[in-house]
Amino acid sequence: MTNILPRKDVVIVGLGWSGAILANELTDQGLDVLAIERGPWRDTATDFNIGYAQDELRYGIRRDLFLQPTVETFTIRNSPSETALPLRDFGSFLPGNGVGGAGVHWNGHTWRFWDSDLNIRTHLTERYGAAKIADLEVADWGITGAELEPYYDRFEYLAGISGKAGNIKGELQDGGNPFEDARSRDYPLPPMQMTYAPTLFAEAGRSLGFHPFPTPSANLSQNYVNPLGIAMGQCTYCGFCERFGCANYSKASAQTTVLPVLMKKANFEVRTDSEVLHVNLDASGKSARGVTYIDTSGQEFFQPADLVILCAYGLHNVRLMMLSGIGKIYDPVSGEGVVGRNYCYQTNSGAQVFFDDKNFNPFIAAGALGQTIDDFNGDAFDHGGLDFVGGAGINCIPTNGRPIATRPTLPGTPKWGSAWKKATVESYKSTLAFSSQGSSYASRNNYLDLDPTYKDRFGRPLMRMTFDFPDNDIRMSNYVCDRMEEIAKTLGGKQHVISRRKKGWDSVPYQSTHNTGGAIMGTNPAKSAVNRYLQSWDVPNVFVIGASAFPQNAGKNPTGTVGALAFLAADAIRDQYLRNPGAPLVSA
Amino acid sequence: MSYRSSVRLNRRHFLSSVAIFLAAGTSASFARSISGSLPWQALASDPPIQVVPGGWYFFTPQEAATVEAIVDRIIPADELSIGGKEAGCAVYIDRQLTGPFGSSSRLYTKGPFLPGLPTQGYQGEANPAQRYRAGLAAMDAFLKQRDGKSFVELQPAEQDAFLTEMEAGKIALPNGIKSAGFFGLVLQNTMEGFFADPIYGGNKDMVSWRMIGFPGARYDYRDHVTKHNEPYPQSPVSISGRPEWLGKGI
Ligand SMILES: Cc1cc2nc3c(=O)[nH]c(=O)nc-3n(C[C@H](O)[C@H](O)[C@H](O)COP(=O)(O)OP(=O)(O)OC[C@H]3O[C@@H](n4cnc5c(N)ncnc54)[C@H](O)[C@@H]3O)c2cc1C
Ligand code: SF4
Repeated sequence: MTNILPRKDVVIVGLGWSGAILANELTDQGLDVLAIERGPWRDTATDFNIGYAQDELRYGIRRDLFLQPTVETFTIRNSPSETALPLRDFGSFLPGNGVGGAGVHWNGHTWRFWDSDLNIRTHLTERYGAAKIADLEVADWGITGAELEPYYDRFEYLAGISGKAGNIKGELQDGGNPFEDARSRDYPLPPMQMTYAPTLFAEAGRSLGFHPFPTPSANLSQNYVNPLGIAMGQCTYCGFCERFGCANYSKASAQTTVLPVLMKKANFEVRTDSEVLHVNLDASGKSARGVTYIDTSGQEFFQPADLVILCAYGLHNVRLMMLSGIGKIYDPVSGEGVVGRNYCYQTNSGAQVFFDDKNFNPFIAAGALGQTIDDFNGDAFDHGGLDFVGGAGINCIPTNGRPIATRPTLPGTPKWGSAWKKATVESYKSTLAFSSQGSSYASRNNYLDLDPTYKDRFGRPLMRMTFDFPDNDIRMSNYVCDRMEEIAKTLGGKQHVISRRKKGWDSVPYQSTHNTGGAIMGTNPAKSAVNRYLQSWDVPNVFVIGASAFPQNAGKNPTGTVGALAFLAADAIRDQYLRNPGAPLVSA
Repeated sequence: MSYRSSVRLNRRHFLSSVAIFLAAGTSASFARSISGSLPWQALASDPPIQVVPGGWYFFTPQEAATVEAIVDRIIPADELSIGGKEAGCAVYIDRQLTGPFGSSSRLYTKGPFLPGLPTQGYQGEANPAQRYRAGLAAMDAFLKQRDGKSFVELQPAEQDAFLTEMEAGKIALPNGIKSAGFFGLVLQNTMEGFFADPIYGGNKDMVSWRMIGFPGARYDYRDHVTKHNEPYPQSPVSISGRPEWLGKGI
């Protein structure tokens, strides 16, 4: 039996990064907002407690703060001709769970996408001709870099990002990223203090004529009070950052930047440990009536609402749309359908340089502390003579020396025994690692749909992920690996190893929780699920916020852009949608 | 690791400033409605529980002896450290197998169970507890048949040779058990025990941390960030402190 509850103005599904931003903005507008969150309540003192936050086994290996596959998982395969099997454990990507979402245990690399990343199809076609991207489904976002700039600014100031601007209002700034688009002002905080490895990496990069700069970081270089009046502390370089909550209030998350204000508002409520099963549509299928959710006792509830905002993390947003019948599911054979198309990821590779005479103290680290070289990212370099589009940031961001997972050894070392032990002691402190984070461009056979076989705990189909790295992206990654090899050689050391990305995406080793697409924004309702304000084309009183909206992924972490889109959607709802609720903001 | 300690449940009863949304049912529910304040409470926490050595919770004495012998070959006693057995790796594994890890209670365990590609990850039906039970029995059955001895009766060099063959998948264990897969599981768990915080039963006196120079649970390195290439001067601490603090000098 379903219990029917009193109606709310707005229901937000998921109280992570984007849910917290939307809730705070819309409660400011006086709306009665309810967030429904699948996982538990989490706060710093209790859940990221300084007495035991630094527990690698519990948080890093067993992943206590993450979504557990028994609750929801995905089936995966590399191509439509294979049989998808369930991820029995997560590996390659690790979705979040509980208040704060994946923002609790992210690293904090906070990027802006460039206008050429957003306006990509038009830009690449103009510069190289349409044939260059004939094999790819790259699409324009329907929004320009200049339009997004104020929203990036709001997210960066909310979060207290530490960094160095490269371009303020068109004027290049020493020490920043010369390839970034113009920004209206510098970051709220200066860069973090730099550890040894990124310092050497930057010197090597500079000597090759590249332009290294401090990675923009949500680990705070100084104490900070954000525009909501919430105080945050300076990062202590604890080295238990990604996969962990921060015990110092130093890593930007919903907990440290929004919730202390949001939770005090009488017109906001969160229901935790409650999973939204689907959005309920009216008989026409064109308007949402509310959502159905189930709590951990198995009780089902219908929560009526005028406006439903999905903030459940990109992948979960897409599955909820599929289970609710919002938008037609994409079919790669016909190329029709909008929900599930343009699923993209991240095309990464790694480099290690082994030294004899250096001590990097790898445990002195933070999730986003390091240096980046963007000379080969996006379209910062001329692809005219090259056989690919896209690029990668080259990052030296050594995040930790946690020894269960981080124990580099020279190639050929045994995995156990006395020889292994000796090699481990030799290399633990003296290895410099860096990596490339590459773009991932949409192609026809990379998509999401519902699995025909495997079911969740309520008997509903799991979402199926069909993905492999497109040839374009492998060529891109190889090109960037050649640049990484130049850097590695310049760094010297006794030996270096470049781990190149190969086809056959492997779901086991961790790569990145940057799953993008599936409910993409755009200008054409036949090819996108949401409009430029992240409003569903099919059901206009549903907004879908998250990296699900990215038509393809850039060589950058997504959350700066997710945060910017959250502010953009909030403004659109407040300034336009509420004047005429239920109406599309863009006519199809 | 029983993280879901009663503290969390009790916490609900302290939430006086917070309306508790009681589901219209009687079964236990953690579902909460929170509005109007941050529901933080002093002393509400969810600390890990210290593993106390002594006795076996999962292994039979015979299994325990085999696992102790294996972890002592994976991490042999030498000039760099004590061996895996003395470090507590077998105790660590024993306790892990009785918790959520051993039963895969957090994982997706619904069928059908089909053989997959390596890129699709472990697709077996058996959970780690079952894999240890079956794997250890299969190892001894194989060795009894081949050498007339169990694993613990082999000389260390013979044990190393056998484990090396297991690792390479060259041993055809009975009951279709994949030797490389089972060895990989034991290797992973042994390393976890050796390098995890000592509260979990392995890494006795932070032996592995002292060996590689990892300072453990220290949480503030601000004074050393820019001291490039200089050794970090402090010795490690664990979540439960240091032997020195307990008057047990090392
Ligand atoms: C280890 C790690 C490192 C990362 N590092 C970076 C980084 O350095 N830079 C970067 O840009 N990004 C990084 N990310 C990604 C970043 O965390 C996400 O992009 C970001 O949190 C997305 O915000 P969101 O609001 O879309 O989702 P989330 O913050 O994950 O919030 C979604 C919420 O919805 C809830 N939910 C899901 N389904 C339901 C349902 N059916 N009913 C109710 N609630 C539901 C979830 O429990 C969750 O709380 C990292 C992620 C991980 C895991
Ligand atoms: S590295 Fe800094 S931001 Fe990250 S968890 Fe530690 S103190 Fe917090």
